[in-house]
Amino acid sequence: MKAAPYLLCLPALVLFAGVVIVPLAMTVLLSFHDWGQYKGIEPVFILKNWQEVLGDSYFHEMFARTFRIAFFVTLLAAVFGAPEAYILNRMRSPWRGIFLLMILGPLLISVVARTLGWALLFGGNSGLVNKALMGMGLIAAPLPFMFTETGIVVALAHVLMPYMVLAVWASLQRLDPQIENAAVALGAGPFTVLRRIVLPQVMPGILSGAVIVFALAASAFATPAIIGGRRLKVASTLAYDEFLNTLNWPLGAAVAVLLLLALIGIVWGANRLVERRYAQVFA
Amino acid sequence: MSRNGPLALAYHTLFVAFMLAPILVVCFVAFTPEGYLSFPTDRWSLRWFYAIAQYPEFISAFWRSLWLGAISSAIAVGISVPAALAIARYRFPGREAVTALFMSPLMIPHLVLGIAFLRFFTQIGLGGTFTGLVLSHIVVVIPFALRLTLASAVGLDRSIEHAAVSLGATESVVLRRITLPLVLPGLVSGWALAFINSFDEVTMTVFIAAPGTETLPVRMFLYIQDNIDPLVTSVSACVIAITVVALVLLDRAFGLERMLVGRNANHGR
Amino acid sequence: MAFLELEKLTKSFGTHNAVDGLTLSVEKGEFVALLGPSGCGKTTTLQMIAGFVEPTSGAIRLAGKDLLAIKPAKRGLGIVFQSYALFPHMTVAENVGFGLEMQGVAAAERTTRVGETLELVGLGAFTTRFPRQLSGGQQQRVALARALVIRPQILLLDEPLSNLDAKLREGMQIELRQIQRTVGTTTILVTHDQAEAMALSDRIVVMNQGKAEQIGPPHEAYERPATPFVANFLGKTNLVNGVTVRPERISFAASGLAGTVRTRIFQGNHWLYQVDTASGLVTVIRQNTGEAMPVEGDAVQLAWEGRA
Repeated sequence: MKAAPYLLCLPALVLFAGVVIVPLAMTVLLSFHDWGQYKGIEPVFILKNWQEVLGDSYFHEMFARTFRIAFFVTLLAAVFGAPEAYILNRMRSPWRGIFLLMILGPLLISVVARTLGWALLFGGNSGLVNKALMGMGLIAAPLPFMFTETGIVVALAHVLMPYMVLAVWASLQRLDPQIENAAVALGAGPFTVLRRIVLPQVMPGILSGAVIVFALAASAFATPAIIGGRRLKVASTLAYDEFLNTLNWPLGAAVAVLLLLALIGIVWGANRLVERRYAQVFA
Repeated sequence: MSRNGPLALAYHTLFVAFMLAPILVVCFVAFTPEGYLSFPTDRWSLRWFYAIAQYPEFISAFWRSLWLGAISSAIAVGISVPAALAIARYRFPGREAVTALFMSPLMIPHLVLGIAFLRFFTQIGLGGTFTGLVLSHIVVVIPFALRLTLASAVGLDRSIEHAAVSLGATESVVLRRITLPLVLPGLVSGWALAFINSFDEVTMTVFIAAPGTETLPVRMFLYIQDNIDPLVTSVSACVIAITVVALVLLDRAFGLERMLVGRNANHGR
Repeated sequence: MAFLELEKLTKSFGTHNAVDGLTLSVEKGEFVALLGPSGCGKTTTLQMIAGFVEPTSGAIRLAGKDLLAIKPAKRGLGIVFQSYALFPHMTVAENVGFGLEMQGVAAAERTTRVGETLELVGLGAFTTRFPRQLSGGQQQRVALARALVIRPQILLLDEPLSNLDAKLREGMQIELRQIQRTVGTTTILVTHDQAEAMALSDRIVVMNQGKAEQIGPPHEAYERPATPFVANFLGKTNLVNGVTVRPERISFAASGLAGTVRTRIFQGNHWLYQVDTASGLVTVIRQNTGEAMPVEGDAVQLAWEGRA
């Protein structure tokens, strides 16, 4: 009887041990191997790749860019996604369901197709975004979006927005609507209700959404590769180059492992912060 | 509950436009009659949809993606069901750790998984094979399969099974006649969500697919890297159309919200 | 020899004894209620009889045979669960017929017996419905029919009426009692509702912390509670100078224990009084006969039978 749950988990455990843990361990190991143009990968234990990744200013710049993009994507998602989740939550059916489908649905549509859409909007012969912005009188001359960080940020914010809406939406579902009415009955205006009553309660949702969006933005691949082009590298596209073009796998592995470690650290720290801050209120 | 004001509705309109714009643009451009990227203005054409037929690598990649999604999702569900039952029913040492492990592919960047699989499969001789693709896709879709099967296993009233036992049903009869039929909706929706995620996966697959085992998103990505032309918009439009149809069907059958949020958040209002 | 015997039945979870040396004999055809607050061990007892929980020690015998040696699926007990536990993917007829199917009863006989049993519980017209299309009371009857159709040696009822609203519950109590009389099945009821236990059963077992505080006919337990716990659990009670007196046994008289009415509450068929006396606060229940009754602040004299 005691063994039953382990037996039931056995197939999954075997799969994860064999196809997740071993490969990940091999990748960490790979980052310590040597590599040469002609000798290929040498299974030795050296720190060369790590010294290069941690010491070279090219990698500093690239990681700074990666996290800068992730930060702005997260900011955009939080600033625009949270109010939308709130508005959605106040809608009546069937509109609520329809718009929720429209906003969450893109999550399941191919990232490549969505990024292609942004490439079409940004550049090519149409350049719709610039036309629209100039038409509204917001800018005088076309802004460069293609092959820029701005372009990557906008496209990634779109790709990852549903996660933020979803997280805030989930926390709004836990909200007792009567609490808002109680605040109104006590004389609070709509903005006071938002700021003093709703926002503090959905803050954990926004923060958990932010953690997800940040982690996915920092490790996103297809969008920065298509919008950023071949020169504007982020950690994931650089690792891709090392693996499939330069063939310096150990260096690519070091970049990927460093990205993973940095993300684990950031996500763990953020979760700790959220828990410590909100555990008392939302036990 | 008060209604949204005009300001909120204006904001909402802009937001929805932002979310849909890139998707609609792709679909529009796909209908261009011209040989270059442009919006169809005075007339529409299906020429770029017909053109897909001239590119067998897109067609074969499409079928490969379909099979890959179907097979890996089915295996993922098959592995998830016993694990979900164990997690839902037993309090055993390591239960939290096992759950976290099975959900971990959601947390590990797909880039890292792709690199790890590339290294691993190359070492064991599965590099660039369909088997390798299936194994890797099982791993990345298991969290989706597990989440929904777990939800239905947790929601199962144990006294229903006790009732069957008290009426004389043996263990296998209970499993076949009671437990499985009751968790079936969870399995089907878990499979469907896993399938969609497998069908769209590109970041990890781009590392492990070789020429000849490329999936549709990988083929599209590699094509876009070289040049963006109306052909890839028509392929994308097809992918979007398939996903939208699947989405609407799934939403009708199970409720998208419940699948994505992981519980039925819609009641009680 | 009794039909069902529990002998020094004990179930421990760690150091805590959920059921602690419970001994009970039930005669054939008898209706016995296990009554007590939540956590008193009544449900654990039921689950040990059903076979879903294994006793730590003690014995259960049914018609002289060791029940613990028999697998739950072979015990042939009919159980009505608190949640009803109907099979949601099967029709009413399929639900009720499931147990017969497991016994290998032929389809034709199955249909007849299912039909008869559904008639018995008044659901003859609902055979093709699914559980979610039924009301709570109807689901309850299906659960009862499903348990009865296999002609169980014992019928186990686990808080069967607790999910029904008050009015429906009363009706079902009467019906349940009639059905049990008709089919004559030995029945064990688990409940925390003392009124339900007293209304339905031949004997009640008042349980507290895993032990039986009193076993006996409802009337006897109510009138002569063995312990203060039983007295309190079976209804409102007063402890006046070391003697327990039921509030409805106290009347306003010309002479007796002097007191002042603190509050009075009208409850339809009766009045509920709280009276301050030299012996403390006394609760009094008087039938509403339409006559004028003392009001708050009135000086009254309390009298009851057996008062010196």
